[in-house]
Amino acid sequence: MNAVSAWLTPQTAATAAFVMVIGLTILGALIAVGARNIFHNVLGLCVSLFGVSGIFLFLNSPFVALMEILIYIGAICIAICFAIMLSEPLYLPPPPRNKVKVLGAAIGAGGIFVFLGLLLKKTQWTAAPERSADWSVTTIGHYLLTNYALIFELVSLLLLVAMLGAIVTARGGRGKP
Amino acid sequence: MLLFNQLQTYLYLALVLFVIGLYGVLARRSLIAILISVELILNAASINFMAFNRFLAPHPAVGQVIALFIMAVAAAEAAIALSIIVAVYRKMKSINVEHATELRG
Repeated sequence: MNAVSAWLTPQTAATAAFVMVIGLTILGALIAVGARNIFHNVLGLCVSLFGVSGIFLFLNSPFVALMEILIYIGAICIAICFAIMLSEPLYLPPPPRNKVKVLGAAIGAGGIFVFLGLLLKKTQWTAAPERSADWSVTTIGHYLLTNYALIFELVSLLLLVAMLGAIVTARGGRGKP
Repeated sequence: MLLFNQLQTYLYLALVLFVIGLYGVLARRSLIAILISVELILNAASINFMAFNRFLAPHPAVGQVIALFIMAVAAAEAAIALSIIVAVYRKMKSINVEHATELRG
């Protein structure tokens, strides 16, 4: 009993949860890229995004974590599911893999992995000398409507234009079938 | 030092996610699979912003605001990309990028 309580500190529990969240993220990403069935890809993306929102919780931002679930899983994944339903039927066999293309992609991605990994290992980061400890959602709202008001408006304009563009592109001309 | 209190952990995780997404963009041929891989890359960027925000930035609201902007732009990008995919499928009866060669000279 004593040994268990010595081992089960809040730190170990938090670390275990963190490792689980990282595993979820990477496993989901591997499914999202590696599976042959396109529907399994979307489910893998959902798992990976759940993991990412857990990572945002560990980074002290429950608001962004919630938004991640709401926007990515609730909107984007569902939209992708609709696109799958409206495009190629799932019962068709996928085309065979192109060995040269897969190998080239693996070499290219691996090269960038090694380069960025070495860069990360070498770099020394220095924190800002004076750091505020204000993590509240209220402050994010203040920032959105004062310092970042222009970008906020631009993003809303971008979303409007994207919505109109999506409707026009997917609908086709009036005369066409 | 705890694993989740180090900046390096998050940066390496974002690197792994980015490389997986990059591999997907290069290797996959279905347009929807490419879009899914692009979402993974955007998530890696958001993790980076949030990690720098947590450990280095002078004010912790800035990185969260940027992560929210990334999400909004990703939503716009997904809407446009999916409508293009539906239009391409209607025209070519396929969403394989190797079949979409009408503009080839």
